[in-house]
Amino acid sequence: MTMPLVLVAVMVVMYVAGVYLLLDRSLTRILLGFLLVGNATNLLIFLMSGDFGAAPLAGGEEPISDPLPQAFILTAIVITFGVGAFLLALIYRSWRLARVSDDHVEDDADDLAIGSAEALTTGQVTEDDLEDAPEFEEDVPEDDPEEVRK
Amino acid sequence: MTFLVPIVVLLPLVGAALALAVPGHRELQRGITLVALTASSVLGVLLMFVVDRGGPLVMQVGGWAAPYGISLVVDRVSALMLAVSAVVLLAVFIFSIGQGLADGDEETPVSIYYPTYLVLGAGVFNAFIAGDLFNLYVGFEILLVSSYVLITLGGTAPRIRAGVTYVVVSLVSSILFLAAIGLVYGATGTVNMAQLQTRIAELPSDLQLILNLALLIAFGIKAAVFPLAFWLPDSYPTAPAPVTAVFAGLLTKVGVYAIIRTQTMLFPESSVDPLLMVIAALTLIVGILGAISQLDVKRMLSFTLISHIGYMIFGIAIATSAGFAATIYYIAHHIIVQTTLFLAVGLMERQGGTTSLSGLGGLMRSAPVIGVLFFIPMLNLGGIPPFSGFLGKVGLFTAGADLQTPAAYWLIGIGALVSLLTLYALARAWVLAFWRPRPASAGGAAAGPAKEPAKEPAKPPSTEALMLRQREQAMIERLQDAPDAAPAQEQRRIPRLMVGATAGMIGVSLILTFAAGPLFGYAERAGDDLASPELLAELVLHGEQPNGGSGSTAAPEEAAHG
Repeated sequence: MTMPLVLVAVMVVMYVAGVYLLLDRSLTRILLGFLLVGNATNLLIFLMSGDFGAAPLAGGEEPISDPLPQAFILTAIVITFGVGAFLLALIYRSWRLARVSDDHVEDDADDLAIGSAEALTTGQVTEDDLEDAPEFEEDVPEDDPEEVRK
Repeated sequence: MTFLVPIVVLLPLVGAALALAVPGHRELQRGITLVALTASSVLGVLLMFVVDRGGPLVMQVGGWAAPYGISLVVDRVSALMLAVSAVVLLAVFIFSIGQGLADGDEETPVSIYYPTYLVLGAGVFNAFIAGDLFNLYVGFEILLVSSYVLITLGGTAPRIRAGVTYVVVSLVSSILFLAAIGLVYGATGTVNMAQLQTRIAELPSDLQLILNLALLIAFGIKAAVFPLAFWLPDSYPTAPAPVTAVFAGLLTKVGVYAIIRTQTMLFPESSVDPLLMVIAALTLIVGILGAISQLDVKRMLSFTLISHIGYMIFGIAIATSAGFAATIYYIAHHIIVQTTLFLAVGLMERQGGTTSLSGLGGLMRSAPVIGVLFFIPMLNLGGIPPFSGFLGKVGLFTAGADLQTPAAYWLIGIGALVSLLTLYALARAWVLAFWRPRPASAGGAAAGPAKEPAKEPAKPPSTEALMLRQREQAMIERLQDAPDAAPAQEQRRIPRLMVGATAGMIGVSLILTFAAGPLFGYAERAGDDLASPELLAELVLHGEQPNGGSGSTAAPEEAAHG
């Protein structure tokens, strides 16, 4: 199985650029990244189809190209298209809802709440804290002789 | 009986088309959806019996023979999954009807809710009966696209925020899956699972490993195993209660099912089982620790969901027929119990106005029924003996102990610990929400505080306990003061239908418990099937089951003629 180097290079560049864009926080770039990565994957499937030949079924005597990957790619293109359209609608809605912060991916408020609550709970309990804490009267004589002296 | 196979997918799809054709008529849409889902449930249970009696059903779509055409396969595992998921879809749908009737449907654009829900069902069913990788991908896409719509239903700000995370992560996993299919095709020249089994075995072992890992990563994101589970607790809780329930029950399990197929059909001699053991352990621990630290009941349940995926991965990593059997039983149990819990939380949200533990309280007085509805699945998930959760874990631990490796013993220990911690996390939520007097508002009007001082003096609290109590108080106060704390909704009437649907789900989980003998027998036979996948492959490719198969005598009918 031979592969045209140009196609491989194009695929690699598309993957690199797509992944870079996917990592961005702006939703529009994520959409562009998704489209690039999706098309790079289509190219990958195409490259996997082996040696290229005549058109499938109508090719006659010559060895034909493998039609199956082409069917996969068609399906994948349709799915990518549909999901891309949905993503665009989602981005538009997100932008309508929060014009201030553009089209960025928002933070999760609940996560932040848990984060600050954690800071509250993981504080060390020092001896001073324990002394300040209100004790029940009946505990004092038995447990702590020093308190009795006071 | 082969003609039954495609009907499983066609039924909800046709229902969706019909429901979409009558957008103005809610009653009609409801009726269509109800009929389609009821029929799917009946069909699922019927398929279970047919397949158990007569061996797997294989349908070659369009009459094209196996390696070239598309095969649809229903064996014991897929039949059980179909039945359980159809029942869950039906119960959750009845719950959402109740909710919709009570709220006058003003929150959700109903004209698309019903069709989308049906399409989600079709996608799940299609993934379960897929006989080749690409069809599995298509099934995944169908269910994902409809889940995108359901999770952003109504387009409110929190749902859009959560939806963006969910959609982007799902897209990445889909593309990884597609790329993995491309690589598999490049290496073997086929995507039919039966043929892949022999072709993959001929590949060099390092190439096998790469393909195996590529598929596992793609499915791992969907199944929410540990390092790839970050998206789940972020996105699920914001959706409407019934949607969250059905997502939690079904979507991750489709990922687990795909992992099972990968590890049995495609890579029976897989070398990643030790890795899966480690991942299972980490998923169990990290998930449950996340659950313990949450104050929102829905988020806590999302984390227990992640944690319990670890049990299933453990069962798959054991890779013996007993391990697979326990996994299958555990999946069925977990789909049902997790959905029930989310439905019960939906009821709590209506009753208490919030799902945050800082705002809930005193529900035992105002709604004792919900208390019971949450309590039973809570014990079940925690693995308390009479229930199916206990039986599933016993099965898993027995299979693990039979393996007699250090890793398996470690996992048994971790599994037992995690089931205790699950019980702790859920019981804490239950006590705070139900037994505690209502925190902010009606403080005086409760018998709860009158009872508690009576208990206290018997055991004077230590200083540490006081410290902890103070800090808990401070934490709860702080969370209530938080500027972005969700404003409590006003309490709404709870329709009988919602309670009925939740109670029905508990009934199903009790069936899993009382009928555990036959069901576990079924799961064991299914586990045997999974442990010897070459029989199924033979059946798919040549349409005949070799002698000495798993007890089936009747040869399946000839492939459908067009």
